[in-house]
Amino acid sequence: MSIQEQLKEVVESNDVVLFMKGNPDFPQCGFSGTATQILQQCETKFASVDVLADSSVREGIKEYSNWPTIPQLYIKGEFIGGCDIMREMFENGELKAKLDSLDS
Amino acid sequence: MVTPEDIKGWIEAGLEDCQVEIDGDGHHFEAVIVSPEFTGKSRIAQHQLVYGVLGDKMKAAIHALSMKTLSPEEHAAAQD
Repeated sequence: MSIQEQLKEVVESNDVVLFMKGNPDFPQCGFSGTATQILQQCETKFASVDVLADSSVREGIKEYSNWPTIPQLYIKGEFIGGCDIMREMFENGELKAKLDSLDS
Repeated sequence: MVTPEDIKGWIEAGLEDCQVEIDGDGHHFEAVIVSPEFTGKSRIAQHQLVYGVLGDKMKAAIHALSMKTLSPEEHAAAQD
């Protein structure tokens, strides 16, 4: 299976998945740390993928979403954005609303 | 090393009627970008437009760029 197919499977088999540097307990970059905190403040369950563990994932996900940076958030298979967009959506309540709608 | 002025120049050259306010400490850059090209686009599409304009000029430094993108209407509304 190609890396793009593997990524598609990960993205589509998790309601919420964050591709980040490090893991939620030990984020390895400020932006990944902020993204993790935002999801934790939304009190949502989420899967995380440490892109530092595998360079083909690190590069492959950028191609998958046509987005050059990490972290990257996906909800129900849809690319939501990076840290900036997550912060903006969190501040205006859009992100929590979207996540809460998953639980119902 | 990439400077805020470099980034401002690249973005303004690549987007129509674009205004960029940017500051940074050489490690992290915060940019507010206003352009009619953003009108009607999703946030992601707006940011992808900027990434497209920057291409691989910034390479690794792209990671350090935080941006807020606004259409002229959004920018005007934010001023009131």
